[in-house]
Amino acid sequence: MLSHMDLSASLIVDRAGLDGLLGALAARGYRTIGPVVRDGAVVQRQVSSTGDLPQGWHDEQAPGHYRLHHDDDSSLFAWAVGPESPKSEFYPARSLVWRTSSTGDVVTLEQPQQESAPAALIGSRPCELAAMRVLDRVFAGGEIPDPCYRDRREGSFVVVAECGTPAATCFCTSMGTGPGVEDGYDLALTELTSPDGPRYLVRVGSARGAEVIAEMGGSPAQPADFASRDAVLENAARRIERKLDAGNVRQLLASNLEHPRWDDVASRCLACGNCTLVCPTCFCGAVSDTTTVDGAVERHRRWDTCFDLAHSLVHTGPVRATTWSRYRQWLTHKLSTWHDQFGTSGCVGCGRCIAWCPVGIDITVEVAAIAASDGAVPVHIESGGDRS
Amino acid sequence: MSLPTVVSRPTLAVWKFASCDGCQLSLLDCEDELLAVVGAVQIAHFTELSRAVQEGPFDVSLVEGSITTADDIERIRAIRQASSLLVTIGACATSGGIQALRNYADVGEYTATVYAHPEYISTLAKSTPISEHVPVDFELRGCPIDRHQLLEVITACLTGRRPVIPGHSVCQECKGRGTVCVLVAHGTPCLGPVTRAGCGALCPAVDRGCYGCFGPADTANTSSLARQLITVGTSRADVSRLFRTFNAGSPAFREESLTYDSPETGR
Ligand code: SF4
Ligand code: SF4
Ligand code: SF4
Repeated sequence: MLSHMDLSASLIVDRAGLDGLLGALAARGYRTIGPVVRDGAVVQRQVSSTGDLPQGWHDEQAPGHYRLHHDDDSSLFAWAVGPESPKSEFYPARSLVWRTSSTGDVVTLEQPQQESAPAALIGSRPCELAAMRVLDRVFAGGEIPDPCYRDRREGSFVVVAECGTPAATCFCTSMGTGPGVEDGYDLALTELTSPDGPRYLVRVGSARGAEVIAEMGGSPAQPADFASRDAVLENAARRIERKLDAGNVRQLLASNLEHPRWDDVASRCLACGNCTLVCPTCFCGAVSDTTTVDGAVERHRRWDTCFDLAHSLVHTGPVRATTWSRYRQWLTHKLSTWHDQFGTSGCVGCGRCIAWCPVGIDITVEVAAIAASDGAVPVHIESGGDRS
Repeated sequence: MSLPTVVSRPTLAVWKFASCDGCQLSLLDCEDELLAVVGAVQIAHFTELSRAVQEGPFDVSLVEGSITTADDIERIRAIRQASSLLVTIGACATSGGIQALRNYADVGEYTATVYAHPEYISTLAKSTPISEHVPVDFELRGCPIDRHQLLEVITACLTGRRPVIPGHSVCQECKGRGTVCVLVAHGTPCLGPVTRAGCGALCPAVDRGCYGCFGPADTANTSSLARQLITVGTSRADVSRLFRTFNAGSPAFREESLTYDSPETGR
């Protein structure tokens, strides 16, 4: 394993070096997936050169609010995470699990193979890397790995871009997931400003990364470049004002299951599911079997959300009939019972659920509201109303 | 919902009440699958397709349109009696349709404004969904319905299984197809969070807010969404109008529309 502090393996490149990187990855057969601006947001699409990247684009994020604006600077990574995340690359929103076909009395079951080339993710953020680790545990960490996820994830290549310009919705510093990153990537970029436009510190995190970096040109990184990186990250961390008390929240939520704040948030929550769908770690899926007119059977999986009434449907009805119970399920799983189940928090502090909630419900505010009157609430007594 | 007994080539009837015919035409629009459907069922009554009609009883009836006349009430009862399964299709049949705008007004005033001889018009005061008059086995929403969903309902009937027709929000389809949220990123009023999926989140994908064609989702917190629409700059009158279109008669949308139709009161 290569050390991130291995100065000799780190480079300083300009934009041409990044184009060299995209070319080297494409030549190795990767689909290069990176940030592009579409319909007023930074999203992930296939990119072929740095000309596709969001040059000069900057975001403004707040609860329920996201806007982009453009400047004439030549930065490529001066924006914070948009609505999409690596989740959609490795765990597609909809996939065919299997289908049958029949000839005479013989029924054949076909499972689709992963056909597209492996993905090289360009410009994933440190919090997204943390989220991939969470999903790796969920989908591939158990005895029976999920084949759909594993096949897509295994061959992937990750070029992370450290964060210099976090959004007002970010709180990675609370969750220990950013704005910098030390491992878990193939290559790591830090965008540094210089009078001649941005330069990129490139660090190596894997043997594959070391192979590719050799084709990027550039010059060996100097201690001063690492000092510039430190300054970028310190500045970014200073800008992050949103906080979540990660050390306390697991126990806090577990001991406030009847807190009146759940009623308050339920009056605002639309149960639309946007928070879970944009969350880079939410993994729930709904599996359904359908028949076609000509007699074939298909099993599909699609993203599901704990905010959907049908998510908890059993033969006598839904277990979580109210929005109250569904919001509580989401927050307590994400921040509390996820620890019991997977040994980590389910939240990486990316802030997507805050920005992309249509009514701007903010998990850090909800947690703080519960903390403010922690334990002041007597245990709720069933009053005949629907509290399921 | 499934056929009580498995019938080979069950009879299918398609009925029309107050409606535009768009939903039943969705069946003819299933071009690729139409022959397979016609092979799997006997079309017993479908006057958009053929003048040849058979007598009942029918295994499956698809009912389009809302109830707007006294005669409609008699006719839907007879159809119910003659049908093993009755599936309503479209916003008219499931919530009263755009013609349920009359439910907010005096229908006498409408007929007097529109017709030279309103005395010839015999109509009910309200446009109501089929389910207010007879038991319905399954409701397929949309204005118009989605033809893939219609095929799903028909194949489910044929197989004797529940149709896979989700009741969740349009937002789920919107995020699933990778559309950027028009409400959050553009400030465009969108009914997606309170509207049932089924269209594939068509309008946000072309930069429009959802118009609510599929009616309220399983859990529709219309009051919270309406407050947010005001926050992003939508006028009270526009909030009221947004909830008063193809599903104006559905209780959740109606309540919100009425709350915002007067200036500066409520919520
Ligand atoms: S819960 Fe919210 S902030 Fe945490 S990882 Fe998910 S989307 Fe990001
Ligand atoms: S918290 Fe926001 S995004 Fe999540 S379900 Fe509720 S309204 Fe939708
Ligand atoms: S555009 Fe409308 S339907 Fe799509 S996620 Fe936003 S609010 Fe929901």
